[in-house]
Amino acid sequence: MAKISFREALHQAMDEEMARDENVILMGEEVALYNGAYKVSKGLYDKYGETRVIDTPITEEGFTGIGIGAALAGLRPIVEWMTFNFSLQALDQVINNAAKMSYMSGGQLHVPIVFRGPNGPAEYLSSQHSQALQTIYTHIPGLKVVSPATPYDAKGLLKSAIRDDNPVVFMEAEMMYSWEGDVPEGEYLIPLGKADIKRPGGDVSVVTYSKPLRVVQEAAGQLAGQGIEIEIIDLRTLRPLDTRTVFESVRKTNRCVVVDESWPVCGMASYVGYLVASRCFDDLDAPVELVTAEDVPMPYNHTLELAAQPSVEKVVNAVKKVMYL
Amino acid sequence: MAEQTNKQLKDYKKEFLSGLLKTMLLIRRFEENASKMYGLKKIGGFLHLYIGEEAVAVGSVAAADLRRDYVFAAYRDHGHAIVCGADINTLMAELYAKVTGCSRGKGGSMHLFDVKNHMMGGNGIVGAHIPVAAGCALKLKYKQEDGVVLCFFGDGAIHQGSFHETLNMAAIWKLPIVFICENNQYGMGTFYERVSSVKDFSVMGGSYGIPGKQVDGMDVIAVFEAVKEAVERARTKRIPGLLEIKTYRYRGHSMSDPAKYRTKEELDAYKKQDPILILKEKLQENNLLHEETYKQWDDECKARVKDAVDFAEQSAEPPHETLYEDLYM
Repeated sequence: MAKISFREALHQAMDEEMARDENVILMGEEVALYNGAYKVSKGLYDKYGETRVIDTPITEEGFTGIGIGAALAGLRPIVEWMTFNFSLQALDQVINNAAKMSYMSGGQLHVPIVFRGPNGPAEYLSSQHSQALQTIYTHIPGLKVVSPATPYDAKGLLKSAIRDDNPVVFMEAEMMYSWEGDVPEGEYLIPLGKADIKRPGGDVSVVTYSKPLRVVQEAAGQLAGQGIEIEIIDLRTLRPLDTRTVFESVRKTNRCVVVDESWPVCGMASYVGYLVASRCFDDLDAPVELVTAEDVPMPYNHTLELAAQPSVEKVVNAVKKVMYL
Repeated sequence: MAEQTNKQLKDYKKEFLSGLLKTMLLIRRFEENASKMYGLKKIGGFLHLYIGEEAVAVGSVAAADLRRDYVFAAYRDHGHAIVCGADINTLMAELYAKVTGCSRGKGGSMHLFDVKNHMMGGNGIVGAHIPVAAGCALKLKYKQEDGVVLCFFGDGAIHQGSFHETLNMAAIWKLPIVFICENNQYGMGTFYERVSSVKDFSVMGGSYGIPGKQVDGMDVIAVFEAVKEAVERARTKRIPGLLEIKTYRYRGHSMSDPAKYRTKEELDAYKKQDPILILKEKLQENNLLHEETYKQWDDECKARVKDAVDFAEQSAEPPHETLYEDLYM
């Protein structure tokens, strides 16, 4: 098995799907001649040409809407947002058009499109460029939302997202693009809506997804040294949510911590926490603990920005809290 | 002027002219009945009527070939759905929110879809469908199909960023699309000149290298000719077009609007150049239409709309289990 970067895994997924289906096109700012702001699309313009890899002007609302129109007319566009921070310019198109077309046309139209790009905190970028916006998208019925944590998952999930007949919001992370992991040579798909147990354990279920997985894994190592075995559940897909895998784990461990780098108010963690508290009420030996971003915009100062995010220490403390240690 | 019009009229086939008149009449009668049924509380929510503006959709779509061309409309979309050939039973049923409606009772007045006839929907967000329409044009170009997209929107939408962003991309990518601004002169209750830096919207294409033209939207033939020219240019040369079609809505913005922001004299002046009336008179002047024939057509339209109302009345409510249907494939 080859060790490749998250960036390369995403690139392979797009390359393979573009080779497989001529209806797959890629559009966005700097995706073509510049080879992508984060080089995820490197080489695709040379390989597939300007009709399939399209540089757009800096008009997120406009080119996102054009992608949606191309999708409902029969193409399978991948719309790359340079970051999800800029996707807010296109929010109307995603919420009012992509998510609604099938429903309000009584099933006459479908929007097979992928919106993808980096999401979540990076470093030294202050408030407008370091936001975890998954909750906004996950809130919307009609969308699917995917946020992988490893190169292996990223590739298999992106390929599935491109083949999906629904609008899929695919959230990556700038900090993860260079992280490496094992990815097999041959083709594989990972179904949307399936969580993955990244580490089995019997003491506490720790539910997370995307970049914080690494923090949780490090915490797991520390806790194991103290004789505490956590089970790590990587949600991978936020909508539809694989509650079964979460509930099965909690029914085994009787304790649950949710780690999420988005904000706590009406957030992904609070929703998962509510579901566990409600559906696994009789199985829980402690209230569900949440480790989320602090409820502030991201500051520029590095010490402060680290303090605003989930950390190994915060996860360890939360695990100990649900164990009454 | 009259002579010129007469000459032009003789250039068209009688069936074509009759078709324009009959379709405008059908829309008018459909809208009048929708209004009536709204008054009887059979229809709820927002209802934006197209009365007075019929020549715009009818003349425009007559210039398209819906086997290969596509129509995107805004929220005042009943006329566009009818001229695209949607079954008016399913349209009235949709207004009634019945399961037999074109959108299964989930769309309503602002979201009439008839995809098989390339009517790609109304859209309830002002200007939001403009880039979507251009995306359909991108697909046509990518697949090397020779279709053209007609994108209708109101004077209220023309200041939205989505309009300007889309015109720019349509120009740089040479998309086969005609942007049709139906300027009925009031964005809800606001006279368009009060909120526009220009009085002539057709100049707005100029910033993007897109040819623009103003058209008299009360004259269905003038609309047809202007759209035909723009469609052909888009089809053969991949040059997008912008048309400002000046029209007038007789009713308020929606059913709740008494339209007190304009004078009765203004309304009456436009009613004198009613698009149905002027085409009817032109046909009669040219001995192409007898009054009895017109009455017969009108009776047919009324009967079809009555059937549509009956169909809607008798149709079932959507069953509860449809609530979660059509959300995902």
